[in-house]
Amino acid sequence: MSLLSVRDLVVKFAMRDQTVTALNGISFDLNRGERMGIVGESGAGKSITGFAILNLISRPGFIDSGHVMFDGMDLAHTSDKALRTIRGNRIAMIFQDPMVTLNPVLTIGQQMVETLQAHRSLTRRDAEKIAVAKLREVYIPAPEERLQQYPHELSGGMRQRIIIAIALLLDPQLIIADEPTTALDVTIQADIMELLLELCQSNNVSLILITHDLGVVSQMTERTLVMYAGRIIESGRTRAIINDPQHPYTQGLIKALPQQTLPGERLKQIPGNMPALSAIPPGCPFNPRCEYTVDRCRTTIPELVRVGPVEVACHEVQRMNRDTETEEQTA
Amino acid sequence: MFAYLVKRVFQAAVVMFVISLISFSIQDNLGDPLRELVGQSVSEEVREQLRDELGLNDSFLVQYGRFAKKAMRGDLGTSYFFKEPALEVILKKLPATLELVLGATFIIIGLSVPLGVFTAIRPHSIFSRVIMGFSIIGISVPVFLTAILMIFVFSVEMRILPSYGRGDVVHVFGYWSTNFLTWDGWKHILLPSAALASIMLPLFIRLIRSEMMETLQSEYVRFAWAKGLRPRRIWFVHALKNTLLPVITVGGVQIGTMVAYTILTETVFQWPGMGFMFLEAVNRVDTPLIVAYLIVVGFIFVVTNTIVDLIYGLVNPTVKLARMGA
Ligand SMILES: Nc1ncnc2c1ncn2[C@@H]1O[C@H](COP(=O)(O)OP(=O)(O)O)[C@@H](O)[C@H]1O
Ligand SMILES: [Mg+2]
Repeated sequence: MSLLSVRDLVVKFAMRDQTVTALNGISFDLNRGERMGIVGESGAGKSITGFAILNLISRPGFIDSGHVMFDGMDLAHTSDKALRTIRGNRIAMIFQDPMVTLNPVLTIGQQMVETLQAHRSLTRRDAEKIAVAKLREVYIPAPEERLQQYPHELSGGMRQRIIIAIALLLDPQLIIADEPTTALDVTIQADIMELLLELCQSNNVSLILITHDLGVVSQMTERTLVMYAGRIIESGRTRAIINDPQHPYTQGLIKALPQQTLPGERLKQIPGNMPALSAIPPGCPFNPRCEYTVDRCRTTIPELVRVGPVEVACHEVQRMNRDTETEEQTA
Repeated sequence: MFAYLVKRVFQAAVVMFVISLISFSIQDNLGDPLRELVGQSVSEEVREQLRDELGLNDSFLVQYGRFAKKAMRGDLGTSYFFKEPALEVILKKLPATLELVLGATFIIIGLSVPLGVFTAIRPHSIFSRVIMGFSIIGISVPVFLTAILMIFVFSVEMRILPSYGRGDVVHVFGYWSTNFLTWDGWKHILLPSAALASIMLPLFIRLIRSEMMETLQSEYVRFAWAKGLRPRRIWFVHALKNTLLPVITVGGVQIGTMVAYTILTETVFQWPGMGFMFLEAVNRVDTPLIVAYLIVVGFIFVVTNTIVDLIYGLVNPTVKLARMGA
């Protein structure tokens, strides 16, 4: 039984002159304690996926269709009251930029206590005790004093640790972390990731880690989704995807990793840019940037199909795969 | 904190200096004080002698210096009409005006916060559209028209509220008698305060609404939703607190400005405050009283602004007063 099951999720934005589709039929499952990465370039729809799971898409965006099944409940179609019992309690979220995630006019203590009190009937004193314990878990020095402080008195790294502590307050079953280190100093990025990994493992918490960095995904997760223009174009075990990427886009992402580049050599970027939502080409959305494009890619959208250990949405990969299969059979 | 205070007081002093200079040059150019003092029947030689004695032939700067020195001691000249120190005349009228401004401030705060918040949270509801429609009309209707309309509706047609004067007041101390301790006093102050509030109210509703809408888009509000907090807590604790910070600054300035608008309101409602007095002083060319009024109003303006800045520093945790001084 999976913990989270997303089915055919479609999210749209009603812009002034047209309605654009930001997520186009996203489906995946996540098991208890499993850690999954979502990768893709900026604008692929990674954050929207994270927010849509918690039904936190705000105007002009909306969930058009699909299901987010969590513990027998469809989070995409349930009451605000039912959603409140899930948000922050059983599914917690860590945002990208810790400098703007905490409320500047409330103390750390207030922001932690209110979270606990929203889900459990606790006195302030008891809530503060739990808060201090969680701050200790994320290695915040002098946690009692932090409760009295305002966010601006703390560094970015410290704030992100506090946000992680807030996410852990109610012992959730799933944490969605949206690029949790992108806004931080490079020197502390690894520390924060390590902390997150340690906490998920020791508490048996599932993790959805959103990032544009395949290197991070390979260290942190067991499974990976690769997104492009609002679709999943490849998914499977992280090791399989890193070692033997099938989709030309995934291959491009891996070639662009600094580890794949010799010193002094230029990073191999994928040419071109991801299309804007209003200008997604017909057929495979990646076709204008792909070196294997054939006519079919410009007319027909490829489905996700199992190819070896992974699922991939690419006509050419599927064709080549079929060819090898026939060869093997004739041989 | 201390450095900041010193800096603010210095700024206030500079502003007061400019106001006094402007006021004084008005005095210098408005009417002939001699005519007010001695009338027509005095010969030219006597007049010239009086001019010398009064120092009216000295240079502008010397005259201003004398004026400023006296003003520092609280001597703003003698009213031609009342034959009393001008400052005293004004101080007697000041409480009535301040109570009017206070009443209007209460009305503005009491209405603009809930209406601004509601129109931000439910921008598409019919009620919000009606409020926003009225606020556009409210901004463009002049205050004396609102006042006359109110008198017509509530005093003439419905006969439930008095249309002029302060009614029964209770003496508190010094020159201060208050409207707020008798039922009749409340009835009398309601219409004038409402009329005065009507100028600023639409502005405040719009200001609070736009600040609130912006705050509701912020990441920390989104994070508050992600934490599973109740909407009421998100709106009134997370969003409203951040909304009101910039509103305090603008609000303070506007409340200072409102003192000037009391001239119109007090005239329509014959409210015995210093605005009404000022208009009479202008009619009588009572120059010392006019100048004293300008200086007192300027002083109130400077003091409210300074207090507002200090309050802002106190309620906003990201502003360290020590740092503001640097
Ligand atoms: N409030 C919004 N209004 C319109 N379009 C939006 C909004 N938020 C996100 N989008 C669009 O949705 C797409 C996916 O965004 P996002 O999920 O944030 O990308 P990323 O993969 O970088 O996290 C982007 O093309 C973005 O332009
Ligand atoms: Mg993002």
